Amino acid sequence: MVRRIGIGVWSVIFVLLALVPVIEGNPTFTSIGVFTLIFMSSASAWNGFSGYSGYISLGNGVFYGTGAYALTVIALDAHMAPSGDIFWLVPLAGLIAAIIAVPFGFIALRVRRHTFVVITIAIFFVFQLLAYNFSFTGGSAGLLPPTPNWVGNTYNDPFYYVAFAVLVFTVLLFWGIRRSRFGLHLLAIRDDEDRARGLGVKVLRIKMLGFVLSAFVTGMGGAIFAFFIGQVYPQYAFDPVFGITVALMTFFGGIGTISGPLLGALLLEPIEQYLTIQYSVGSLYLIIYGALFLLVILFMPRGLVPTIGDWRRFVRVHLAQRREKVLPAKGDAVVGDDVAGDVPAVTTGMQ
Amino acid sequence: MLLGIIDGILTGGVYALMASGLTLIFGVMEVISVAQGIFVILGAYLSYSLEAHFGIDLFLGLFITIPALFIVGIAVEWAFLRRLKAQERIAMSILVTYAVFLIIEGVLNIVYGTNYFALHAWYVTQSVELFGVYLSYIYIFGFLLAAGLLAALYVVLYRTRFGASVRAAMQDRTAASLVGVDVRRVSTITFGIGTAVTAAGGMIYGATNSFNANSAEDLISRLLVIVVLGGLGSIGGALAAAVLMLVIEDVVAVVWSPDWATVIFFLALVAVLSIRPVGLFGRQAARAQ
Repeated sequence: MVRRIGIGVWSVIFVLLALVPVIEGNPTFTSIGVFTLIFMSSASAWNGFSGYSGYISLGNGVFYGTGAYALTVIALDAHMAPSGDIFWLVPLAGLIAAIIAVPFGFIALRVRRHTFVVITIAIFFVFQLLAYNFSFTGGSAGLLPPTPNWVGNTYNDPFYYVAFAVLVFTVLLFWGIRRSRFGLHLLAIRDDEDRARGLGVKVLRIKMLGFVLSAFVTGMGGAIFAFFIGQVYPQYAFDPVFGITVALMTFFGGIGTISGPLLGALLLEPIEQYLTIQYSVGSLYLIIYGALFLLVILFMPRGLVPTIGDWRRFVRVHLAQRREKVLPAKGDAVVGDDVAGDVPAVTTGMQ
Repeated sequence: MLLGIIDGILTGGVYALMASGLTLIFGVMEVISVAQGIFVILGAYLSYSLEAHFGIDLFLGLFITIPALFIVGIAVEWAFLRRLKAQERIAMSILVTYAVFLIIEGVLNIVYGTNYFALHAWYVTQSVELFGVYLSYIYIFGFLLAAGLLAALYVVLYRTRFGASVRAAMQDRTAASLVGVDVRRVSTITFGIGTAVTAAGGMIYGATNSFNANSAEDLISRLLVIVVLGGLGSIGGALAAAVLMLVIEDVVAVVWSPDWATVIFFLALVAVLSIRPVGLFGRQAARAQ
């Protein structure tokens, strides 16, 4: 029941998102929209690996940057005409990011918890420095991908729809994973990796697959980003704040849920873009962002979606008690399990 | 080559001081303070302001900046870290301290702007010949200061009653509180001390590098690499790892190129951790969940 309401709400949101360029053609608005859509899929991708498996990665900027450079380098080397054809490179850039994720994961996924966090940060900085030092990346001067000669207020629209398509693909992908055997394996790893292994889960293979899929989606986001802003520099493509931003958005919305990262990015990214445009210097944005995040961690450490779920459940139980009816325990459990459900993995259903 | 080694040892001492604060905090509280990097920069800016506006010498200014950062540390611990639940504690602590990091970075950007600053004093500009290579005095003074503070830290940890409670809390929080150690109070003071050492580290960092608030990102990633390499919670490990890493980096910078030196720095961590996941001197099994 509740699950159906959640899907309904999200369907409405997605239809609205699809219509944004039609309703409000203002370029500033659609430009914010492109970034928001990119971050919605990137945050979902982060959640799809780190949120499900419990391996908090702060190195997803590697895939974003790899995607950005992959699109730019291929488009320049192939002397592609500055047209919409370049969008076909987006999945290819994602694929390259996914390939990069294999050796990265092979090193990083052997260690756990905080050591994993630190090693992802370290590998991130290796990539940023490589982008500075290699010649094919243009060094600190960066590269300029071909800029299409579309004019007028509709310039942003193709980017918007490609980012939207990637987002739909991402949501369906991770929604499917969440309901699959593979998703259960990831959640089992989060809950108790040693026991999961003991029960026959091929942990390294499962973690690697999750990591690679996450990299694929993030790389596509980076590719759209590079083509959209028309320039790639090491410090923006491999942005140290990227990894933490997607993590913050996910925690804000609710880690381990499907709607959490979508909601987090949908609420936070426009604020960031607006403040950056309004005050040119990002400093005020840093303060507001930090303060907002502290509030969420301290007052609803599980994020918006599960907390709202808790409130609904609380209200329901109270109403029920007032009607002097005792809720069956089963219905109770379902209420907490919102759209995506912050479900304690193994209880959801064994196959 | 020789220059690289000497330079590496001297700056390694300073990094050792900053990293020891981080690893001490982790050992006692099971908290990774990502804010350590921005605290260093905060200390550097404070030293700058005292010197520029009141003419207070950088080293004398430490008598003000060290207590100031001690108080900042205690405030952060009291306001945020104390409220963290036991579940997902480390991940949450990283996020909370990162939020603190962002707030301080934003404030520093507004107060000081984003231009690069450098600290000035006669011992920064004048050099001395040591084993045939020329070094600015600040490297030597800074190393001596760092060594002195580390020695003081050692005395506090191993020769006082408070130090005994800190070490007890590092070994086992529950057992320590059972034998009458006020673990919360010890945690707060430890976080204060771990933060206070960044005031000295920041002053030396600011005198040997030009910095702005963004430098904290590079700094914290290096500090994290050092403490993980040394084994989280092991102070001796942090000292050894800091000196080792800085020597490697500086030697590569001299004989090859400064750009690739930083790559080597991070690759060394990746190499060590693939062989020994607990770091060089780590004692806890990293595989336990």
